[in-house]
Amino acid sequence: MLEAVWLIPALPLTGFLVLLVAGKRLGDPRAGFLATAMMGAAFLTAVIVFFGLMGREGEERVFTQTLFTWINSGSFHVDVAFLVDPLSITMALFVTGVGTLIHLYAVGYMHGDEKFPKFFVYLNLFAFSMLMLVMSNNFLLTFLGWEGVGACSYFLISFWFDRPTAASAGKKAFITNRIGDFGFMVAMFLIFGTVGTLDYVPALAALGNAPEYTASAIGLLLFLGAAGKSAQLPLYVWLPDAMEGPTPVSALIHAATMVTAGVFLMVRINPVLGAAPEVATFIAWVGVLTALFAATIACAQDDIKKVLAYSTISQLGYMFLAVGSGAYAAAIFHMVTHAFFKALLFLGAGSVIHGMHDEQDMKRMGGLRKWMPVTSATFIVGWLAIAGVPPFSGFWSKDDILLNAFDKSPALWAVGLLTALLTAYYMTRQVILVFYGPEKWKTAARPETPAEAHAEPEHEPVAAGAHSDGGSHDPAAAHGAHGDFKPHESPRIMTIPLVILAVLAALGGLLNLPFGGTPLEHWLEPVFGHNLRQVASSGGAKLVLATLAFVTAVLGGMVAATIYRRHRIAEEKVEPRILQRAWLVDELYQKTIAHPGRALSQWLASVFDAKVIDGAVNGVASLVRAGGSRLRVVQSGFVRSYALAVAVGAVAILAFALVRSL
Amino acid sequence: MKVPGAWYLALAAALFCIGAVGLLVRRNVLVMFMCVELMLNAVNLTFVTFARMLDDIGGQTAVFFVLVVAAAEVVVGLGIIVSIFRRRAGATADDISFLKG
Repeated sequence: MLEAVWLIPALPLTGFLVLLVAGKRLGDPRAGFLATAMMGAAFLTAVIVFFGLMGREGEERVFTQTLFTWINSGSFHVDVAFLVDPLSITMALFVTGVGTLIHLYAVGYMHGDEKFPKFFVYLNLFAFSMLMLVMSNNFLLTFLGWEGVGACSYFLISFWFDRPTAASAGKKAFITNRIGDFGFMVAMFLIFGTVGTLDYVPALAALGNAPEYTASAIGLLLFLGAAGKSAQLPLYVWLPDAMEGPTPVSALIHAATMVTAGVFLMVRINPVLGAAPEVATFIAWVGVLTALFAATIACAQDDIKKVLAYSTISQLGYMFLAVGSGAYAAAIFHMVTHAFFKALLFLGAGSVIHGMHDEQDMKRMGGLRKWMPVTSATFIVGWLAIAGVPPFSGFWSKDDILLNAFDKSPALWAVGLLTALLTAYYMTRQVILVFYGPEKWKTAARPETPAEAHAEPEHEPVAAGAHSDGGSHDPAAAHGAHGDFKPHESPRIMTIPLVILAVLAALGGLLNLPFGGTPLEHWLEPVFGHNLRQVASSGGAKLVLATLAFVTAVLGGMVAATIYRRHRIAEEKVEPRILQRAWLVDELYQKTIAHPGRALSQWLASVFDAKVIDGAVNGVASLVRAGGSRLRVVQSGFVRSYALAVAVGAVAILAFALVRSL
Repeated sequence: MKVPGAWYLALAAALFCIGAVGLLVRRNVLVMFMCVELMLNAVNLTFVTFARMLDDIGGQTAVFFVLVVAAAEVVVGLGIIVSIFRRRAGATADDISFLKG
């Protein structure tokens, strides 16, 4: 059964190739269903492989399948091979599982878009790259997937590239990720230089015993790569802008799967971090500070997707906190539950945007509970999960992380708890603004663009029943002139994934219940061995910490309810401009990096290029010319002077030979 | 009486110097040409001398090569000189400086 592992990435690849050739002919919605079917098949294959792996005993749960030799150059040998172990199969399962649901949702969401088939081409290519990333058995193949998902992320953020903001957001994501990729590449050079192989199993075994400075350098460089991909300080700036992409993309790539690649990489290299404890502490602090930093920004955003984007950064920060604390199983646990509830929240937000006719400003929503019952019910499940209310999944995973953080350092735990408070606060704020309160879309002035109104044709519903116009994603053009529109529930093809994800978000905690024998941790244990932190706290302390986390979550929710439901404090007071503008970090980068960079380039173009580069070329030419005009004097044309020169030369050589021989 | 080898070498050196000085001081192309021949044959003489002194056939072999090359060179050189005489009267080397840089 394990031999089927190559099918897991091969199926989305097939989907990609078929859609690339025949996507237009298949059209809307068949292209989408084909892509979804490929993902579903990949998920089923992953389940089969999972059971195959279950059939083996603890330490024997490692299986390598080599397809062919990729690079063979001297002592440098890289195979295209898959490493099946509890970690990679867990990743593959949730990537394909959540991916299938989001693909299905996207069939409804993207319905009517001109580039519908192309969207699924990219989506399947993304799934293939992501699966290569997690299943590969060496750093280089992971890097291939790493770059593949980066490229797909770029394509999909800029999917509506006729919007200037989407085009520039794509570029921003790509360039920011380049910085991280640089770290990844240098780390690979260093690994190969140190242990002479890039295959995970031998390389990690050797690196576990490497000198601390080598392990530290490799760990830091790989963390730089992870920070770029997983949007950690200071490289997080691309993720909020990435919300320009279609909402299924935000859910799949920028919340559930791709952005967790950095966490996966850190978990994969756990022996390196075990050998470099100071790097681990550093990662924990970067993670927890990112979590806090992003959570503060999320408290003041008005765009429904921006809140979720900053929330994603914050939750990724938690995962890095777990990694830095040595709680690798908790990191994966939170990654999986986060994939469930954040995909749910994003898809719910997409459904809201869809139902509100491309409105994204939460301040123009409200009271949608009545109009969109399924969306609001599932969104509320997601809200309870992320806020950390038991028994929903987020509580268990977050509590697991906080417990391990407390064991490492109470300071880390305190910052993490403060972040949990903010998380509950901003999510409650979002839920209240969107689903409760007055129906502000009735009164709020909408920007009118009459010229473009009715530009979008009406589409046939894709699934039975409900009306759908998912293709009209241009907020100005869509329904700008409809003064008295009504929000509507999304078609069933979009609500079914929401319901499934809501069930998963509610019950995801079962994967690793602390009093249920922590099955996920037990399952992953062979991958980590002694590098996994063993929490020494007693059961009582654990209970106190869990209660504190719960109380914090409730407190955060109540504060938000006081402000946004009962209006005890003016909203403007708790949404300072500096938070709305995300601590002015973009402006800071603009001033400190973009402007000097531009000035430097200007200087290089106008001064350095003109004077030094051109000067060097012209200088060589005029040097030769001047030298030639001096030397032409020698060429007198008098035969006898040439003869004299020959004679003098001969004498000189003879004299030299004589002097030397003396 | 056996003539010592050094005498031959001295003669060859004298001939070579006469040829070299002649090449440098005379302006007539034909005479310069003869001086070159003189130098070549001076060298030939040293080759032969050494061949006898060292009892090595290599030196005499080299002389044959030099003679053959010199003959070829004479053909070319005289051809050039004749073509110069066709274009102008007299043959003064310093007047023929078309290749001045």
